[in-house]
Amino acid sequence: MESKTITRADLAEAVYEQVGLSRNESSDLVEVLLEEVCAALVNGDNVKISSFGSFSVRKKGQRIGRNPKTGVEVPILPRKVLVFRASHVLKDRINKGQ
Amino acid sequence: MTKSELIQRLAERNPHLYLRDIEKIVETVFDEITGALARGDRVELRGFGAFSVKSRDARTGRNPRTGETVKVDAKRLPFFKTGKALRERLNGGTPQGGSEYQ
Repeated sequence: MESKTITRADLAEAVYEQVGLSRNESSDLVEVLLEEVCAALVNGDNVKISSFGSFSVRKKGQRIGRNPKTGVEVPILPRKVLVFRASHVLKDRINKGQ
Repeated sequence: MTKSELIQRLAERNPHLYLRDIEKIVETVFDEITGALARGDRVELRGFGAFSVKSRDARTGRNPRTGETVKVDAKRLPFFKTGKALRERLNGGTPQGGSEYQ
């Protein structure tokens, strides 16, 4: 099966077809939607989209890492990482689509 | 934030739109991503992140408690990789030195 990459433009096109807003407004809304999700996460909020999945921010403590090429030890600073957990509905749909 | 709170936020920012249209927009976006992943496609949203699907072969697993073997079917799993811009925003807008794995 040939694999394709979906981008913002495809999402905007789907909104345009499904909702009947102008193309411009459709693409603005896709952008605003993503921006709202980002803003919530940056605020430290989790984002739960039922039947899709949830995004949560995990705080990682400092640890000692190693440059795999040179073997030099470097501290990996405390940081936040974003974790996505797919819902069962999404997992089921992905496996049914086979 | 839940899906309904997201709809609420978008409605506040777009008072000229009907709530049912906002609901439809949010549904459409996540349906579209789901549909793409179900077809085995990738979804790449620059600055936000990328969704992809990975395949896992069938294997013989073992119940760690009882030790009995169980057949695990081949399956496909969704994955998400955070985009660079969002990763940097989560960490105060500055790239974290040394840990930047591309």
